[in-house]
Amino acid sequence: MAAKTEEIELQLLLEALYQQYHYDFRGYSMASVKRRVAQALVQFKCPSISALQEKLLHDPGLVPHLVAYLTVQVSEMFRDPSYYRALRENVIPHLKTYPSLKVWVAGCSAGEELYSLAILFREEGLESRTIFYATDINADALKKAELGIYDLDRVALFTDNHRKSGGKSSLSDYYTAAYGGVKFDKTLRERTVFSDHSLVSDSVFAEVHLVTCRNVLIYFNRELQDRAIGLFEDALVRRGFMGLGLKESMHFSAHTDSFTPFVLDQRIYQKKG
Amino acid sequence: MKTSNLSGSSSASAPAECIVIGGSAGSIDALINILPALPRDFALPVLVVIHLPPNERSLLAEIFGPRCQLPVKEAEDKEPLAGGTIYFAPPNYHLLVESDFTLSLSSDEPVFYSRPAIDILFETAADAYGNGLRAVVLTGASSDGAAGLRAVHRVGGLCFVQRPDTAEVSLMPQSALEACPAARSLNVQQIARELSAQAGIRPHLT
Ligand SMILES: C[S@@+](CC[C@H](N)C(=O)[O-])C[C@H]1O[C@@H](n2cnc3c(N)ncnc32)[C@H](O)[C@@H]1O
Repeated sequence: MAAKTEEIELQLLLEALYQQYHYDFRGYSMASVKRRVAQALVQFKCPSISALQEKLLHDPGLVPHLVAYLTVQVSEMFRDPSYYRALRENVIPHLKTYPSLKVWVAGCSAGEELYSLAILFREEGLESRTIFYATDINADALKKAELGIYDLDRVALFTDNHRKSGGKSSLSDYYTAAYGGVKFDKTLRERTVFSDHSLVSDSVFAEVHLVTCRNVLIYFNRELQDRAIGLFEDALVRRGFMGLGLKESMHFSAHTDSFTPFVLDQRIYQKKG
Repeated sequence: MKTSNLSGSSSASAPAECIVIGGSAGSIDALINILPALPRDFALPVLVVIHLPPNERSLLAEIFGPRCQLPVKEAEDKEPLAGGTIYFAPPNYHLLVESDFTLSLSSDEPVFYSRPAIDILFETAADAYGNGLRAVVLTGASSDGAAGLRAVHRVGGLCFVQRPDTAEVSLMPQSALEACPAARSLNVQQIARELSAQAGIRPHLT
């Protein structure tokens, strides 16, 4: 009984968030959403999901805080170094044949993935002809991405990942110690457009040669996953590349036929020509 | 049969529908005594979270595949659960059960320094299966699994814990028993037998 009531309350909460504020979490993987709402109840001092719903409907100020709970921000630079190594060794040689490039980092969180790519593209001599689009629905994360400041205690991991990804320089070349953390060089984001964009409700905004969207699709149900991959397909040039998270595959997707596996174990796909 | 509604759980246990197992240090050896003993006609899905280092490929499917009578695989995102299959959580991802009995992976923060976390699997499986769930906490040096086991008990599922004095590291079973005193503590052979009995069949103990 209790479990059923909670499901109803959860659906109503997400419906309220959508109808009033146009944030659409209705097609997310509910098991994860439910856990995170439970955590939010504690912080907002709400005895039930219904109570949180009522508060939310009458207080728009709450929205960003709830969205922060619902959008998992876990990330790291050069996360899964083998993925970046595969981009470097297998994808970059193809990208080098284009006079100008556009790269879409979808669900960029606080920018870790963007800076990893910017560094990779600089090391490979592609930076000056590339425009990056870094998008996310979490406004706070986008702001952090634009600042490029990370805690000092994360830098050892970032450095290790960068080295394992085949980094051709020292990560410390790209940041300075600042504000009790490290600040990445602003020249790394000079060619980046940061923007609020939802894979659930927004449409394609540019034609790109590479889209990288890692550890976002696992939070979506299958229908939404199909929608997002459909967006990527529409955005990509013929024979453009799509990189997903290591546990995200095209296996169950409606778009399998539009892509060929390019580096399959790293979840890099190529749009068919 | 012992039911779990002795200390305030909401409903009595129903026929078993799904098994979840969690373990950490020492649990590969424990699992070697449990998973291969599950017989070919075992009809329930078995979900397993073992704490693993995040950045290495998991060899669990390779280790257990040849030893088990049931098919063994690494869980995939959005995969529908099939009876008679053993699923391992991949390293560096949490494993969750959705209410439509499909699996999800997530990269949420680690729990007790671990991703995958036993608590997350158990809590979401308890939501999905309610009193049809059977949960097992094995050896390990962590408190992960304790809150999860309590959640399983709360919905009326049955809870088993490796007897601490038979565990390679007793902290995890001990924490689980403290959080969920109604859980039965058994050695690994008894756990294998109990799980098979839950599915209405005899184990093939070697
Ligand atoms: C777990 S993080 C992944 C960060 C990074 N891509 C990585 O792999 O390290 C998931 C990100 O997806 C974003 N996200 C969630 N829903 C989204 C949506 N509908 N559209 C765009 N981004 C979304 C979240 O705000 C969060 O920044």
